[in-house]
Amino acid sequence: MRFMYIVTSSQPPRPPTPALMEAMGKLADREIKAGRMIDNGGLMPVAMGAQVRITDGKLSVVDGPFVETKEMIGGYAIFELRDKEEAVAAAVEFMQLHREHMPGWEGTCEVRAFATAGADGSCQVDALAHS
Amino acid sequence: MTATDIHRTILAVWRIEQPRLITSLSRMLRDVPLAEDLTQEALLAALEHWPKAGVPEQPGAWLMATAKRRALDHLRRGQMLARKHAIVARDMEREQQAMPDWDAALDDDIGDELLRLIFTACHPLLSREARTALALRMICGLTTEEIARAFLLPETTIAQRIVRAKRTLSESGLAYETPRGEQLSERLSSVLEVVYLIFNEGYTAARGEHWLRPQLCHEALRMGRVLTAIAPFEPEAHGLLALMELNASRTAARTDNAGEPILLLEQNRGLWDQLQIRRGMQALGRARELGGAGGYYVLQAAIIACHAEATTAGETDWPRISGLYEELASVVRSPIVELNRAVAVGMAEGPAAALPMVERLAHEPVLKTYHLLGSVRGDLLHKLGRFEEARAAFEAAAELAGNKREQDLLRRRAAEAGAAAVST
Repeated sequence: MRFMYIVTSSQPPRPPTPALMEAMGKLADREIKAGRMIDNGGLMPVAMGAQVRITDGKLSVVDGPFVETKEMIGGYAIFELRDKEEAVAAAVEFMQLHREHMPGWEGTCEVRAFATAGADGSCQVDALAHS
Repeated sequence: MTATDIHRTILAVWRIEQPRLITSLSRMLRDVPLAEDLTQEALLAALEHWPKAGVPEQPGAWLMATAKRRALDHLRRGQMLARKHAIVARDMEREQQAMPDWDAALDDDIGDELLRLIFTACHPLLSREARTALALRMICGLTTEEIARAFLLPETTIAQRIVRAKRTLSESGLAYETPRGEQLSERLSSVLEVVYLIFNEGYTAARGEHWLRPQLCHEALRMGRVLTAIAPFEPEAHGLLALMELNASRTAARTDNAGEPILLLEQNRGLWDQLQIRRGMQALGRARELGGAGGYYVLQAAIIACHAEATTAGETDWPRISGLYEELASVVRSPIVELNRAVAVGMAEGPAAALPMVERLAHEPVLKTYHLLGSVRGDLLHKLGRFEEARAAFEAAAELAGNKREQDLLRRRAAEAGAAAVST
């Protein structure tokens, strides 16, 4: 199963501490070598991004930063894992490193399974789309 | 958390930690089968304690301490070399003094140890079946029950294979080391063979079969990625990974909603997994950079890459594919490769060029009972307008096909050819 990990935080963005950077680097290295992590990346601050929105049927392009956004996505990773349990175990390990090396930081690592043909989740999506 | 949940959580943690446990213990004991036994004991200990006490905050460290304690007990019990014992005890003491922090385990680069372990589990001394079971157990962390389910075999069969394989390893007294020089390529091909076998077992599984069967593809891909990470200069390892990634990229497009197979040229290419194709192309590129363009797996990957790179079936570079098959045929003498080459020639130059190649293959003993020979021959004859002969070829092929879906497909084609024969 393929999973996307999305790390968000509502705190003002600050760069990871060197210790966290180092620990995450090692973890990433291990996960790549173990064949589990197949893609990852950190994202630049929202100030450098843009949003293309549809509101009331109108399309608009808004440059960052976006004052109303509370949770900021800092990075993502894509893993191929056996099951949700394995995905959660890996996310717990990742977040433990944050707790250890970046005291005071608060945030969320969201674990989401990719929709695939034949997976239960995607069937539900189909059902909704047709209803 | 229910008992089942915690059980699954433990197995998940176990699979992440297992390579480090078994390599550490192998290093301590210089005995892989024993190391494997003792890591399994650590798993059993976790299954016993964690449901009561909860999952420890540092599950990896807990498992490692437990496994090492077992190893130490074993060394004591066996009155093994006092010196070895002393070294291990001292190491452990030092580790405990420097209270392992969260990422201490991450400092431990197990690359070389893991490679050694893979070479041991896939030793050519062992039968192919034994290597496969051992690799899934020791490298992927699958339980005996899971391996049995994945291979549609009784659990006792797999358990026996593992026990026998471990006994063979113990009794052979072979050195626990990474092969070098000339030996390396022979040993590596034994490893790659096992990985590819596991992949194909999963790849041929039909939709709706127990999820563990298709899971074999993922286990093989994972092993392929591990190999390219820890043996980064082996072009064939990259070639095999490329071949597996590129083949797996088509998974979603390979069957329709009813589970009927869809042939490559008729697949919806929009369903092909572009991330996986990219990874496959990267691995193929790496294999070529390393000078491996002419390797067995690299050539097969290059052929699949021709399909992956074509945005429509019509854009497929058949002359290139036919050239690659020719090269592959020079690496491995196989009638099946010849048959595939004939298909490519048929697409590149037309059916008239390919038919004589297929006719020549009709006498190959290996292909006598191979339904795809008749299927290819029928297709070429059909394209040449020789419908009656095509019908006969498809019908004969249908008799040989192993599963009902393929039989149905071939009978349908025979009927089409028969109808065409009547109307001309």
